[in-house]
Amino acid sequence: MIPELGHLALILALCLAIALAVVPLFGNATSQLRLQVAAHPLALGQGCMLLLAYAALTVSFIMDDFSVVYVVANSNSALPLPYKFSAVWGSHEGSLLLWVFILSLWTIAVSLLGKRLPLLMQARVLAVMGMISSGFLAFTLLTSNPFKRYLPDAAIEGADLNPLLQDFGLMIHPPMLYMGYVGFSVAFAFAIAALMDGKVDAAWARWVRPWTAMAWGFLTLGIALGSWWAYYELGWGGWWFWDPVENASLMPWLSGTALLHSLAVSEQRRLFKSWTLLLAILTFSLSLLGTFLVRSGVLTSVHAFATDPERGYFMLLLLVLCVGGSLVLYALRASTVRSRAVFNLLSRETCLLANNILLMVALAIVFLGTLYPLFLDVLGGERISVGPPYFNVLFVPIMALLLLLLGIGINVRWRAMPSQRLMHLLRQPLLWALGAGFAWPWVYAGAFNASVALAGALLVWLLATSVADLRQRVQQQNNAGSVWWKLGASYYGMLLAHIGIGFTALGIVMVSHYSVEVSLRMAPNDKVNVGGYQFIFDGVKSIDGPNYSSIQAQVQVLKNGSVQQILQPEKRHYNAGQQVMTEVAIDAGLWRDLYVAMGEPLAQDSWALRIHYKPFVRWIWLGALLMAFGAGSAAWGKRHRFILLPVAQTRHKGINS
Amino acid sequence: MHLKRKRKLQQLLLLTVGSGLIIGLILYALSENINLFFSPSEIASRKAYPVQRIKVGGMVREGSLERANDSLQVSFMITDYQHDLVVYYDGILPDLFREGQGIVAQGQLQADGAFVADQVLAKHDENYMPPEVSDAIEQASAAANATTEQTDL
Repeated sequence: MIPELGHLALILALCLAIALAVVPLFGNATSQLRLQVAAHPLALGQGCMLLLAYAALTVSFIMDDFSVVYVVANSNSALPLPYKFSAVWGSHEGSLLLWVFILSLWTIAVSLLGKRLPLLMQARVLAVMGMISSGFLAFTLLTSNPFKRYLPDAAIEGADLNPLLQDFGLMIHPPMLYMGYVGFSVAFAFAIAALMDGKVDAAWARWVRPWTAMAWGFLTLGIALGSWWAYYELGWGGWWFWDPVENASLMPWLSGTALLHSLAVSEQRRLFKSWTLLLAILTFSLSLLGTFLVRSGVLTSVHAFATDPERGYFMLLLLVLCVGGSLVLYALRASTVRSRAVFNLLSRETCLLANNILLMVALAIVFLGTLYPLFLDVLGGERISVGPPYFNVLFVPIMALLLLLLGIGINVRWRAMPSQRLMHLLRQPLLWALGAGFAWPWVYAGAFNASVALAGALLVWLLATSVADLRQRVQQQNNAGSVWWKLGASYYGMLLAHIGIGFTALGIVMVSHYSVEVSLRMAPNDKVNVGGYQFIFDGVKSIDGPNYSSIQAQVQVLKNGSVQQILQPEKRHYNAGQQVMTEVAIDAGLWRDLYVAMGEPLAQDSWALRIHYKPFVRWIWLGALLMAFGAGSAAWGKRHRFILLPVAQTRHKGINS
Repeated sequence: MHLKRKRKLQQLLLLTVGSGLIIGLILYALSENINLFFSPSEIASRKAYPVQRIKVGGMVREGSLERANDSLQVSFMITDYQHDLVVYYDGILPDLFREGQGIVAQGQLQADGAFVADQVLAKHDENYMPPEVSDAIEQASAAANATTEQTDL
């Protein structure tokens, strides 16, 4: 009964989505006010229906309804309750449902917060989001219905959720990632609406910025969660593998970063307008590409695509329609969007232009490295894979250059800035950065290392240039009789996000250069020294979990002869699917992680053990948290709060022009 | 108007040359860093030479896994059911490494025809066979059928 309700709700959601895509635009064309306003109830109705469908699937999981095919494939009566909630998006069908559900949430948010926009804009933006939603709902219903049932022969027990996904990090990773992916649809919809309109003004850019910042923040969190999960769950201590699935999420992130910065120029200086529109289209297209790559099966093999061609082709069709349609519209209308302003070579505009160029080059590197093997395979060429060295060699210098530029960009003013003044501002930060950079590897490891010095210098550079800019602005505020917190959450958010990327960079470089990794055979009471700690293997014991049995190793960790901690990595055997899983034990810390994983059992009670010492690895995700928090604070800053103000107050600011 | 057009043309030219240069450089770096995949049959027919890092794949032959007594050194044979290849590896094998399972190894071919791996991959799904491996097995058996047909004639 409940699955049928969910199915019905899903069908109704599709009907409402189609209406949302058509009715407001028809109202536009025929100047019928009522039809344009109808976008709001339609968006709300679609959201309610999807909430219902989503709840129905969740209830099916909680009640162990093994007549539903999707539940059988991804759950088990012994599965702990929290994982039953997350199992909803554990596989293809449910994750698509989550995708459209999140899209409907963004649509409702736009509908509620967008009441101050010109009616024409409201109608168009919501209609574009309705089109995307219709496409994906049709995809879900026609090719991947999560409510399909085994009737009358219901299964007795489910196959259980993939053990890799039975984990806290993976519970929240997909929703965060999708919040990011799908959030970029708002910027996309605004870009399409602007192209229909043929004009982009400062108010438009000011509208899109907070939405983009929010989506970007979520995507950053999603990527960081994925990386953290891979680190502790896959058991080999890596946190980024340049795997196509990871690259699929990095591409919209790079493009979204460029979009955020280009939007700043469009808002402040009415420049780069058509470029901003193109970036908005590109970012969402890359989000769709990411969904396509991960969900269609082309990555496992182009042949997997052929074994389930229905889904693959449908998704490809959606991708082509969306990207092709928006690019055609862009080609037709972009020339009406003109930017007329001049700026000096030494200006924030130039810095942000350079930022965009570097990010686009980085994007091209990741794009070609990810898709080249795929193209070659489709064309029937050799089977190749592109390894991490390619990405490291090309991507890392670009990022270093970007960070260097960032410090300058924070301090440079719009339009033009006298070079002596800039030099004066940057002299101190530069000295600090050089000094700290050179000293850092000596202090930490007692020997010089160029990469570590560079990463250290860049972090100090970012901190010092931020302080320099802050000091100057505070001075200006004081002169104007104001106080430092009047600079606003947007400004502090910007600084925080920029410092965050410095933290991440330092974490990456430190863990890459100073990690110690040992794989060895240990018999009970064997000792080994790794990274200044002594590890003693005390043998194993058996324990039982709710849906698995496990062998747990006891490893004492000693520092200077005293026991610090006992680490208990596990080798789990999941009952339902008979899978074997390695559960890592980590002693986490701000300065270092100690990481122990079990390998295979060897003769005479000995085990293969993997022991890692990983300095600064937490900084990678700490930096990402700062970035996400900074983006959120930038989005909710006072500068953008105007969207919540009543109409009368915003009109004189030129919002409703 | 004419001047404006000329300027536009210059901009366009600069953009094309610039992005072309960047993409060209990226593709060059790409071609230097690819790992080619070989099946045991291809190695037996000397398609791979012991200079570059390559990937090999096949099914792990039943009963071929041997472990050293005092270290993590292992050796095993992978096969595409036409030819075998001996693989040496020093380290921890993945959770799903089992005899009879398809795996992919990355490393270097030695002059004596053995393969020294620095990475062994098996996916987290027991029904999964690396696509390279299933392809290689198909091709090898097709080639074998073709040769038996020829000898029949």
